[in-house]
Amino acid sequence: MTDPQHFVEIRHAQKSYGKFEVLKDISLTVERGQIVAIIGPSGSGKSTLLRAINDLDPLTGGEIWLDGVQVNKKLPHRQYEKHINAMRQHVGMVFQHFNLFPHLTVRENVTMAPKLLKGISEDEANKLAEEQLNHVGMIERIDYYPSQLSGGQKQRVAIARALAMRPKLMLFDEATSALDPELVEEVNQVMKTLAEEHMTMIIVTHEMDFAASVCDRVLFMDQGVVVEEGPPEKVFRNPDQERTREFLRKHLEGAK
Amino acid sequence: MDWELILKVYPYFLEAAWVTIQLSVLTVALGLVCGALGAAARLSRFALLRFLGAAYVSVIRGTPALIQLFLLYFGGPQIGIQLDAFEAGVIGLGINIGAYMTETMRGAIISVDRGQGEAARTLGLSQFQAFRKVVLPQALRLMIRPLGVNINAQIKGTALVAAISVVELTYTAQRYIGSTYKPFEMFMLSGLLYMAIIYATGKGITYLDSRVRLQ
Ligand SMILES: Nc1ncnc2c1ncn2[C@@H]1O[C@H](COP(=O)(O)OP(=O)(O)OP(=O)(O)O)[C@@H](O)[C@H]1O
Ligand SMILES: [Mg+2]
Repeated sequence: MTDPQHFVEIRHAQKSYGKFEVLKDISLTVERGQIVAIIGPSGSGKSTLLRAINDLDPLTGGEIWLDGVQVNKKLPHRQYEKHINAMRQHVGMVFQHFNLFPHLTVRENVTMAPKLLKGISEDEANKLAEEQLNHVGMIERIDYYPSQLSGGQKQRVAIARALAMRPKLMLFDEATSALDPELVEEVNQVMKTLAEEHMTMIIVTHEMDFAASVCDRVLFMDQGVVVEEGPPEKVFRNPDQERTREFLRKHLEGAK
Repeated sequence: MDWELILKVYPYFLEAAWVTIQLSVLTVALGLVCGALGAAARLSRFALLRFLGAAYVSVIRGTPALIQLFLLYFGGPQIGIQLDAFEAGVIGLGINIGAYMTETMRGAIISVDRGQGEAARTLGLSQFQAFRKVVLPQALRLMIRPLGVNINAQIKGTALVAAISVVELTYTAQRYIGSTYKPFEMFMLSGLLYMAIIYATGKGITYLDSRVRLQ
């Protein structure tokens, strides 16, 4: 295999659950600072692909490279655990259902991992929490518990929690799908800020307008393959593939 | 109701209640240890440990506690295990309640949302760190009430050791019936003392549970 040329390189990713092939030979590259959106119908494998990047759902075939290091390299169990824990510190992930830690305050949610993994002091941790919560506009809620926050606020804290590890890459799996419509915008705003700061991001989303406004590239997936990929203007306005057109048409109808 | 008799014998019943309390505390403590080990085994990455954990639970829950106790106390010496009645009671019943606690603890751990562990792993925490810092604190909160149910059952379950002549509440009642022929008074007396112990324990569990409720 040749050395990777790109910041993120997914080579021939393949994933099966038993006989059922969820990802079929997917290749994808992302450059530093790029923002890529993944769209596609339910069950097409978007989450599976995203979760393969930080090995939450390990691939059954293919390779994933991040910044010159192979994520899913073959190692004995213990060594692999060490390697993957180190890799994951560089990759932030934001989930549809936030997954904030309910037994910890907002501050503790943000500082737990840096304190545990980077051995920073209490003072540094507090500064870090304030910095990250300011970033997402949640500083006033620093000593609240997650159950005392709205969905949009929870998601902003979840983003701050991921950013506190200072990741090189951020993965978003439908970060706004579980939110009431009026709360979507505040989370989108935070993601736009990250885009302006040139954070590298891979975003699985059902929001075509948002994807069109922040992304450099859009990937349309269906049944485990990348059907079409290109700049948003092209994929949204003038797609080559009939399947893409049909998906966008159905989606537009659904949105009305 | 023979009040005079009750006044005469009640100090002996209080002593017996103290033995029941000791039995309860020790069996519950041993049960918690067995439960934690059992749950760890049942959730282990290693198939052999999972099998052993499952075997422990199904053997213990599939046989009467009284048989387990007799096996240990009367059958033990045959294979070189010499225990006095109190020791046999603690060990036998502790292992017994441990099987039920295994299931309680395992249930609480697996009912913590999978996304919690995933979010922790995503940040770079190891499996162990994610378990200790994120999953376990939530599971502990979930297991207090069901463990309370196990403990309640166990306190009443200590009555079984009367069958191997440990002088606790049930045995004491039987003994005094033999000499007084007043079963109503004697069983009432020990029943009330059981109730007092269970009531106090229940209060303790409720207090503990309210202290750790998620916000
Ligand atoms: N653990 C699993 N075992 C078996 N099949 C699975 C498992 N996880 C996912 N799948 C299947 O893989 C396929 C892709 O799932 P995935 O969650 O990646 O889809 P998605 O594109 O993210 O869909 P959605 O838009 O609904 O989130 C689905 O058909 C799903 O049923
Ligand atoms: Mg999905």
